[in-house]
Formats: sequence, structure tokens, C-alpha cells
Amino acid sequence: MHGANLIYDGTFDGFLSTVFTVYEQKLSNVTIQNETHSQSLLFAETEFIPTNETQAKRVWKGLIKHLTFREASVVFYAFLSEQPNVENILLDYIQYIFKNEKGAGEDFSHPSVLKIAQIAKQVGREKHRMEAFVRFRLTKDEIYFAGIEPDFNVLPLILSHFKKRYADQKWLIYDIKRKYGIYYDLHSVEMINIDFPDTFDFTKTDETYFSEAEFDFQKLWKSYFRSSNIEERKNMKLHIQHVPKRYWKYLSEKQPD
Amino acid sequence: MSFERTREKLKILADAAKYDVSCSSSGSKRANTNKGLGNATGMGICHSYTEDGRCVSLLKILLTNYCIFDCAYCVTRKSNDIQRAAFKVQEVVDLTINFYRRNYIEGLFLSSGIFKSPDYTMERLVSVAKKLRLEENFNGYIHLKSIPGASDELMREAGLYADRLSVNIEIPTEIGLKKLAPEKKREDFVKPMLKVKNEIIQYKNEKKLIKSTPKYAPAGQSTQMIVGASGESDFQIMYTSNFFYKNYNLKRVYYSGYVPISYDDRLPKIGSEVPILRENRLYQTDWLLRFYGFEVNEILNETHPHLDLDIDPKLSWALRNRHEFPVDINTADKRMLARVPGLGMKSVYKILNARRFRRLNWDHLKRIGVALSRARYFIICDSSDFERADISSESLKGIILQNSKTKYNNTLNNQLSLF
Ligand code: SF4
Repeated sequence: MHGANLIYDGTFDGFLSTVFTVYEQKLSNVTIQNETHSQSLLFAETEFIPTNETQAKRVWKGLIKHLTFREASVVFYAFLSEQPNVENILLDYIQYIFKNEKGAGEDFSHPSVLKIAQIAKQVGREKHRMEAFVRFRLTKDEIYFAGIEPDFNVLPLILSHFKKRYADQKWLIYDIKRKYGIYYDLHSVEMINIDFPDTFDFTKTDETYFSEAEFDFQKLWKSYFRSSNIEERKNMKLHIQHVPKRYWKYLSEKQPD
Repeated sequence: MSFERTREKLKILADAAKYDVSCSSSGSKRANTNKGLGNATGMGICHSYTEDGRCVSLLKILLTNYCIFDCAYCVTRKSNDIQRAAFKVQEVVDLTINFYRRNYIEGLFLSSGIFKSPDYTMERLVSVAKKLRLEENFNGYIHLKSIPGASDELMREAGLYADRLSVNIEIPTEIGLKKLAPEKKREDFVKPMLKVKNEIIQYKNEKKLIKSTPKYAPAGQSTQMIVGASGESDFQIMYTSNFFYKNYNLKRVYYSGYVPISYDDRLPKIGSEVPILRENRLYQTDWLLRFYGFEVNEILNETHPHLDLDIDPKLSWALRNRHEFPVDINTADKRMLARVPGLGMKSVYKILNARRFRRLNWDHLKRIGVALSRARYFIICDSSDFERADISSESLKGIILQNSKTKYNNTLNNQLSLF
């Protein structure tokens, strides 16, 4: 059998375009890889699939016909996990969905359906965590800024939550690991790239960049956080279970004095 | 706002408010209007957790800890030798807005000691909420404490701006109240509660007729009782709780293990342990009453006035009522399934759903994710392989405890791992 190695640009539309190609060219035994992570393919024959919005839309529309809205969003969630090989599990999932009547999205005895649901659940948990753990700090140019380092690429998922909530302030949430942010300018939200100075430390609130009031409010918040604890009930195990240590870096209440 | 002074006040007034365990910010939808600040979706968010493992969702403070009363169980009581402070209305507004803008909190929980008079105090609480809504266009969550003895007019106004209102009963029995807070009367707590209940009903009815009727306390009312301060039994606590749920349509009753704060010999000594496990058992009982179809007298009654600490209340009930078991997973109704120890409502629904397609055996149950470690002693299914039914309740308890040791060591948190 002749296998195909397909490379796409890493975007969701790019991935869907690749799925389109698989159907159009009736390919079998396919491997899909993100261009930025692809390695070890030097030997195999590879083909780059350009992103094509029309094709991507057609695949998505097809999915919506076979799935409930919730199940379709599971595909997007799982995609954002960026886990190695997730594209290929997704392809298997999509092929299974298209082959069957509506309702197949609930068939957890199918390994890919189960796997995708599990991955999507993890991504969903990270989304909720970020909605909780983002800590804005007011910059000198009146932008509420937060740096985050989520396990998965959740910025596209938390965007609407923050847009609805903070409609009257400019804000920017920046994914330090993935080097892009979402910025709201009082009208709309855009994805942006920023060149931070080399000396910029995301965990520090620095006088050069942040407003004077910012220092006061961080101190107030820290005092509040401390005073609301009941020492007689202290339970660090439970505390860490809820706020895992890897998130402490960017939590204002967890900063040293 | 002068920063140092505000910080001082914040320390004092957050410290005094921390014994109120309610942190819920859910149950109220308030959409962002006119590009204002905040949007409550009805789902609460815990933005952080204190080191004692409790959710931090609201800025929870007292407006002041000056108080003209002397309730023995309360840190804020008049005779207590502590630092006193009072926020200005605008200070609370500024703190709330600035914390909210930084995504620290979902909103404000404002309580207060009673200074001058109940109405004088309530008026200030209301004006904080009013300012937040009308001047700051704030759509986050607001929980106000109803001050016992406050007038009907003020309570009506409070509900127009707050999402939730609460009066803490604190002491479950009238005798206890007489002993520990002789100046206070049950009626004073009940009056604002009744007013709010009636307003909620009235606004709901009007809303049916006139769409533009404003919201009135959309997240309802709650209350709190202190556990272990007045020698009350679990029986008394849960009967009181049940009474308030039924008669005042409360959304939640909270149970707060008494943290010793006084040398008063009417109360547990300083240094005595906070009854955290007991508190957890009361929450479990509360859930059984609200979601599992139990009546309070099935779990607690004259002959059984205390909850077991070593096992959860459902298991305890089951061991006392072995004649109700085993339950047949394939034929039992929802009510009986919900009574099986170890089965949560989620599992009950999974079973009801799965058995439409086939008769279930042990393997099926495991595959759909039903935990059987405790349940298996109380059920039968499509299999000839059962646990023996002739085991005495006493030994059964022993076996179950042995199997789930670690789990019980972990129940030291109050709202989680309910069953
Ligand atoms: S009236 Fe309230 S604040 Fe004052 S002592 Fe009694 S419980 Fe404490």
C-alpha cells in the first residue's frame, strides 16, 4: 500500500484542508504532521497542503451535520491540545464520524472517539484554569496585561469569556510559550505577536512598564489573600491540589514580598 | 484612597469576615450591558484557593467590625479586645472594581458588624451595591448580608442590586441562642429572610407579566450555622436546616465548624480542634436531603441524634436498613438506586441510561465507570456472583472501612468528595 505524508501549516483551517485533501484524493494510510514539529520525514515522500478556507469550511460543515455542536467543538478542543499525533487520531475520528449515522460521536467504545473526548476534556480543564488564573496587571499605557503559560493552546478558547467580561478596559493576554497574544482594544479582539525586550521578565512587575497603582493593588490583594486564610484549618495538600505549583509563577497572590 | 490605611483596614476586615464559609458566586446571570464591566454567566469561578483549601471567588470583607452586640461566638463582639476599623463606602467600591479588573475575583461579599442600628448599617451595605451597579456599571456578583432587624424597605432595595442575600442563623437552637447571644432574637433573623422570600416570589410573578421587571436577588438567599459552639446535636442542626430550606426557599445552608476564638467558658476552649469532619458529614447529609430524596428523619432522629464520623450518612443509613437491600440494578427505580452506598447521582443516571440497551452485569457497570467498592455489597445485577447477604451490618462496616481507609483520611475537606 502506498502511504502519504501530509504536512500542514499548524492552523486549524490548515488541518481541515488536509482532511479535505485526504477525501478528495481518496488517500489511505495517511500521516498528518504540523510543519513546525515535523521531523524524521526527510526520507519519506511528503507533500505540503496549503490552507484553503473554502475546503476547511466544507469539512467543518460536514462535521456539524454529523455531530452535535458540543461534539464538534470537541474536535477543535482536541486539536488545540497540540499533543503529538493528535492530528492522526482526529483524522481517524473524523473518518469514523463521516462513515456512520448521526450519533457516532457518542460511541465511546470506538478508541478514537474515546481518546478525543479524553484529550478535549483535559483541554477544557486548562481553559477553565486560565479563566480563573489570569492575573491582569495595569501597564503604564493603560493596558491590563497578563502573561500565561498554559499546557495547551487555549487562547482561542478563553477569548470570548474575557471579551464579554472586560468590555470597558483594554487588555492583553500573552501566551509566553507559544509567543502570541490576544489583544482587546475596546472594539475587537485580535491575535498579535509582540517582541519583548530581552530583559523583560514576565514574572516581575517592573516600574518601567507598570503603572504605579499596580504595585498597591498587588499588595492589597496579597494582604487580602493572606488574611482570608484560617490557620486552624490549614491544609496545604488540598491547596496544592487546587492550585498546582506550576501555575504559581504568574499568580499575584503567590509572589514573594 | 490612602494605600497604607486601606491595607490596614483590609487586613482587619478580611480577617473578621473569613469565618463566613459561603464563597459561592454561581446561580446568577447578569449579562454585560452597554459595554460595562463584568459579566456573570451563572457559573462561579474560583480564582484562587486559600491555604486551608477553600475557594477564593469573592472579595469577602466586613464593612466594619465595630458592633453594638456581644454574641459570644463572634470575633467581632463588643467585649472582644481587638483592633477595629471601618471602610468608607467608596473604598469598598474601589477595591471591588480594581480587584475585579485584574481578574482576582468574581465580585463582592459584603457583611458587617452592627454599628449604631441595624438600619444604619444596612443602608451603607445597600449603598455600596447601588454605587457598584449604577455608577460603575458593574455586572459582577454581589452578595450582601441582611442585617438582622433591618427594615423591609431596605431589604427590598438590597435585592434590587444584590445577587444574593443572606442572614446567618449561626446558632441552630433557640436555647443556644439565648445562652450565647441573649440580646438577639430568632425573629430578628427571620424577618428580613421572610421579606426577601416574599419579594423574590412577587418579582418572579411580575416578571411573567412584564418582561422589563428588574431582577431581584437572582441567586436567592442562603444562611449559615456554626457547628460545635453550643453543644447542639446533628439532629438539631439538620432539623433547623430543613425548616429553613422548606419555609424560606433557601438556596443553600452552610455549616461552619466553630473555630475557637474566645476564653468565654460557655464555648469550646481556645486550641480545641475545629470539627472539620463533622462539618463534612453535615454537608453530606444536606446533599442527601436536597438531591437524593432522603427525608431528614430517616438519617437523624431521637434514637439516632448524631451522624457517624467514621462512615458517611448514606452508608450509615443503609447499614441500619439492611432489609431494603440488595437492590437490583436492572429493575430498581431511581429513588432506590440513589440510596445505594457509593452510588452518586451521576452513576445512577449512567445506570438508568445503559440499562435501556441491555441487562447490566458487573463488567458493564465497571465499563460505564460506576465505582463498585462499596456499592457491590448492596446490589445484585445480571450475574450469579454476589457478595454474601448474610453478613452482619457490624462486620460489613468493618470490611468497607478496611477497603477504603485512604479515602476516609482524605475527607478532611468540606465541600468536596461528598460521596
Ligand atoms: S451582631 Fe453580628 S457582628 Fe455583632 S457580635 Fe453578633 S454576630 Fe458578631
